[in-house]
Amino acid sequence: MSEIEAPAEPPVAGRSIAGRWLPALEMTFIYLLSIGGALLISAVLVSITGNSWQTVFGALLDGALLGPGRWGETLAVAAPMLLVALGMVIGVKAGLFNIGQEGQLLMGAMAMAFVGTKLDGPGGLLLIGGLALGMVAGGGYAALAAVMRFRRGVPEVISTLLLVFIAFQVVGFAVTTDWVLRDLDPGRPSRASTSAPLPDDVRLPIVHIFGNEFPVGIIIALILAGIVAFMLNRTLWGFRIRVLGHNPKVAHKIGVGASRMGTRALFLSGGLAGLAGAVMLSGGGSAYRLSPGFSTNIGWQGLLVALLAQSRPLVAIPMALLFASLRTGAGFLAATGVERKIVDVVQGLLVLALLVPPAVQLIRERRRAVASVGEES
Amino acid sequence: MGDFFSALADIFTSPTMYGSAVRLGGFIAFAALGELVAEKAGTINISVEGSLLAGAFTGTIGYDLTKSISFGLAAGIVGGLMVALIQANLSHRLTADQFIVGLTANVLVLGLAGFLSGNLDLVARRADVLEIPVLSDIPLIGPALFGQTWPTYLLYPLVPLTWWLLYKTRWGLEVRAVGENPQASDLSGIDVNKRRRQAIYYGGILAGLGGAFLVLGQIGSFDIGAVGGRGFIAIAAVYFGGWTLFGTMLGALVFGLADAFRLALPVLGYRLNAQLLAAMPYVLTLAVMYLITKPFRQPAALSRPFIRGLR
Repeated sequence: MSEIEAPAEPPVAGRSIAGRWLPALEMTFIYLLSIGGALLISAVLVSITGNSWQTVFGALLDGALLGPGRWGETLAVAAPMLLVALGMVIGVKAGLFNIGQEGQLLMGAMAMAFVGTKLDGPGGLLLIGGLALGMVAGGGYAALAAVMRFRRGVPEVISTLLLVFIAFQVVGFAVTTDWVLRDLDPGRPSRASTSAPLPDDVRLPIVHIFGNEFPVGIIIALILAGIVAFMLNRTLWGFRIRVLGHNPKVAHKIGVGASRMGTRALFLSGGLAGLAGAVMLSGGGSAYRLSPGFSTNIGWQGLLVALLAQSRPLVAIPMALLFASLRTGAGFLAATGVERKIVDVVQGLLVLALLVPPAVQLIRERRRAVASVGEES
Repeated sequence: MGDFFSALADIFTSPTMYGSAVRLGGFIAFAALGELVAEKAGTINISVEGSLLAGAFTGTIGYDLTKSISFGLAAGIVGGLMVALIQANLSHRLTADQFIVGLTANVLVLGLAGFLSGNLDLVARRADVLEIPVLSDIPLIGPALFGQTWPTYLLYPLVPLTWWLLYKTRWGLEVRAVGENPQASDLSGIDVNKRRRQAIYYGGILAGLGGAFLVLGQIGSFDIGAVGGRGFIAIAAVYFGGWTLFGTMLGALVFGLADAFRLALPVLGYRLNAQLLAAMPYVLTLAVMYLITKPFRQPAALSRPFIRGLR
């Protein structure tokens, strides 16, 4: 063994203290610049429509946190967003871009509505069964895209997206058809196209704390965030997923089947979105009734949360809280006379701004790599 | 069953149906033409949806300011191009993921257009119908193809123009080359990402025009939900057509027909479940993609970013 010499340390250029700290400092600067730019553009937009950004910011803060009972509301909204984001993260880690969460969420909510209003049984069992079936429904819906991807090479980006539009119609069909999910109670709101409300004992328990109340959905979501982070980073299963996402050829060589592993990843990805839908419905979304507009963009926003968190499950937690705050804060904007869509603009700009720094970093790394190759030859 | 067939016969002999098929399909065709070029260069440009909406919005603003349809259409092009600039430079100058960029751009445009249109009081109108003599007298398809509002006719020269660009110019050859084998193209001196950016710009221009056409050539007013995911149908049309120009146009027409069929049913007094009908174009798209993707070969480097030195 002693004959084998340790390979010489590869020459590393510029390892002085400045060389180590300067890039980090630079990156921080670029991040601050991007986020500042996004906020600045938003502020300019508000002011050219004749409002002051200070009042908008104040209204957002009141609506999200400071107003009575508001942060409970924010936590309630954050729960499904976080779940959707976790699903997105699993997909992205496996190299699969599932962007159909809005549809998968609807499917999950529909399963929950079915279990809650059509089946009989003890409430707790129905609740858990509904959540589980919601997960299966969302996952199964995403798995359709996996089948198309791995059998016929249809990109999952397109198929999951198109499935969203179909899901809207399926839910619309379900809640307007008597024998599926429509509310048959003669005392229902007139001409309502909704399902019957979930019975009292099939609803998620509500936490009351410091004058705020929120369903336990957020606790489920936080626990799952921990589990997903652990699974992805600390288990063989997570390693396989990451290899598949990073380099399918290597994955193939070490025996990770793209089709099998990818289908599982997409199933889980959609399953979490489906669970988000079930949690929303049993947590009081649109008064415990399924309706065609039930998803209210939670699926899309959860997707943005995952992008903003750059596919790190634990970072998704604060990002989900941020987006949920913007959303609940928007409810208070009407009083200031500012169109609430400004929140969508802020969200879009923030995500776009955070795309820039990692891309800049990658380019710099490539340049440095190319330069160091040049030095050696 | 006899009823069913007579219903079908009724619908397929109704000139209104073909008229609306050309209108709905024409809108998709504008976007699909540009998307085809972008995909030939190797980008699945999902910000085409955002370009359409931006084009519709800026087109309305352009018309509102000048009361000229032509200026509105030009403003629509600018709107579509702006979205394409974001998409192209973030995904092919910087190296952000093209889907993430596209998706975010779509969200941003939706938010911006919603926010601004809530603050502005925009007025638009539909361009005048221009009946082309002789040609519009052909039974059934004549009025459909040649009895439309005049911006519709912009589509007709764009089809051969796109064909010429893609297959008869050096630029088109290079665009197709970077979509097939970016490494080899790079070695032979083509700036891969530049060609891809230009292809996306072309897509943005056409989608912007398409968006303005939707407002000024069809609906006559701006509505934030007017595009409503049909940019994605345009992408599906490219898949449907197996990345050929003829097939893509056929795809746009098929989706237009499906949409028109849905709209024609209630007008002619037939009742069918509204939701199932509304889902039909999407189901059709998925079915077609499932059945067709294999036989045709997609551009080999489709949706793969090119960074020199990385495969």
